Amino acid sequence: MARVVVDVMPKPEILDPQGQAVARALPRLGFDGVSDVRQGKHFELEVDDSVDDETLAKIAEGFLSNPVVEDFVVRRVAS
Amino acid sequence: MRIGAVTFPGTLDDSDTLRAIKASGADAVALWHGDADLKQVDAVVLPGGFSYGDYLRAGAIARFAPVMGEIVDAARKGMPVLGICNGFQVLCEAGLLPGALLRNAGLHFVCRDQWLKVENNTSAWTTRYDTGAEIIVPIKNMDGRYTADKSTVDELEGEGRVVFRYTGGNPNGSLGDIAGVSDATGRIVGLMPHPEHAIDALTGPSDDGLGMFLSVLDSVVAA
Repeated sequence: MARVVVDVMPKPEILDPQGQAVARALPRLGFDGVSDVRQGKHFELEVDDSVDDETLAKIAEGFLSNPVVEDFVVRRVAS
Repeated sequence: MRIGAVTFPGTLDDSDTLRAIKASGADAVALWHGDADLKQVDAVVLPGGFSYGDYLRAGAIARFAPVMGEIVDAARKGMPVLGICNGFQVLCEAGLLPGALLRNAGLHFVCRDQWLKVENNTSAWTTRYDTGAEIIVPIKNMDGRYTADKSTVDELEGEGRVVFRYTGGNPNGSLGDIAGVSDATGRIVGLMPHPEHAIDALTGPSDDGLGMFLSVLDSVVAA
């Protein structure tokens, strides 16, 4: 078994109103110096060793992200 | 003439869609997400709602339902398909329509009567309208901001595939005020506003939405 992390983020050119709302809230809460926030999704998958990188890429590209508006990164991490 | 309306877990507007189909004079056929069976329908409507709770992304999980495989195959062979709201999101996720629907720019759930301009009356679902006609139908969604890359939007605009455009104010930050688009054949159309909620003055702001259900009758008879 291995742990695989997939991070999905809106593409840089895509407007992210949720991230903007978080960024605008920070100064109100007394946190200064944060100029931008982008909000995405973080998935943790427990996978058998038989699952290869190509399969993981298919999962990330074909389901966990929407390639029209999102980028993804797949990482295997120590479990 | 048989027109189907699909129910996914979390679909809300299947009943109103079936009612609108009946009002157009067609036989309304309830289709179930788990059955890979289109019951010999001539056209399909994917109604609005929150299929699978909008988990992951709106429409992302419904796209893999057994009935969707049949719909994708039939649509590629020319069967008319209309996606309304969540149904539009499902069609984009399934790759039958270009682009994606994202969280409304204002972060509000928008629920109001919305004016639309019919930009193209040659699609299977808009022949009963005049080009440039302005219609009023309800809109109600959280994820209605139409987005696509510039080359896709240029292609849609250039080919007249922006079928509906918001007028009197853009409710959600959609690129180019786009409310609805079609595929290259004009037989697959998706829009965020709800024509099925505007089929008579008793239950909606107008009967402007009925024209979409009447239009497809002509298109299927002509095919």
